[in-house]
Amino acid sequence: MRAGVGVPTFEPNAARGAGVPFAGSPERSEVAPCRTDADVVAVRQLVRRRAAELGFSLVNQTKLVTAASELARNTVQYGGGGTMHLDVVSDGLRRGLRLVFEDHGPGIPDLALALTDGYTTGQGLGLGMSGSKRLVSEFDVATVVGQGTRVTAVLWK
Amino acid sequence: MERIPVLKMGALLLVTIQVDMHDRLALALQDDLTSMIVRTGARGVLIDISALDVVDSFIGRMLANIAAMARVLDAATVVVGMQPAVAITLVELGLSLPGVRTALDVERGMALLRAADPTLDRPGAAGGAGGGWGADVRA
Repeated sequence: MRAGVGVPTFEPNAARGAGVPFAGSPERSEVAPCRTDADVVAVRQLVRRRAAELGFSLVNQTKLVTAASELARNTVQYGGGGTMHLDVVSDGLRRGLRLVFEDHGPGIPDLALALTDGYTTGQGLGLGMSGSKRLVSEFDVATVVGQGTRVTAVLWK
Repeated sequence: MERIPVLKMGALLLVTIQVDMHDRLALALQDDLTSMIVRTGARGVLIDISALDVVDSFIGRMLANIAAMARVLDAATVVVGMQPAVAITLVELGLSLPGVRTALDVERGMALLRAADPTLDRPGAAGGAGGGWGADVRA
């Protein structure tokens, strides 16, 4: 086995910047681990704090925190653990929060299916991906089977 | 391991969730409640979620599971105190908690449970008017 040779890279750090949708220029960036149950709670709390600081309405705070919780859990359960990048972004007119969840897990073979309400390979309700998509302004999934998944969610203020 | 406390009041079990639950804690609560229903012969379960500022699909599923398991064990469940922002988010997420009875606050939740079973508040009561196996054991 020649690990890493000849395998197209799914390199989260390289992919950030131009590769990440809805790039804008981050005014502030943070990284949080998504490896355990407790990390999912910490992600919820961090996103809540930043969303409140940015002046999001209570409903929008709750939507973003809920989406973060779903996506962080997916990263832990299906991605084998990973990270969340949280960026305060601006497109010139408005500011928002961008959450990027990255893992180096098995990837998603059928993305359309994974984004269908009620579809799950685990024990869940199958609402994590499809539901989160409805809770945010912009949503993107990049996935390579055998290499990993990167889910980007943005909520504009 | 930390646990969410479950209080017994007559034939009623009361739970107030006041912490941001990680998934295992939510599962532990589900297990604790089901075994307590069996052990105490409780007829009603009241779950206060007014302190929860997020209910995601995992916690939503836990609430639905508790209600379903309680129903199978002949107990009624009412979830009370959901924050408006949580309700809006849950519905948009695609989760409308089918099979879970809800009430705005604890008082209304109690009224719902009492209407379903008037013997609930009797001190020491743990069975409905008809008795049943639980009542036979205690008699």
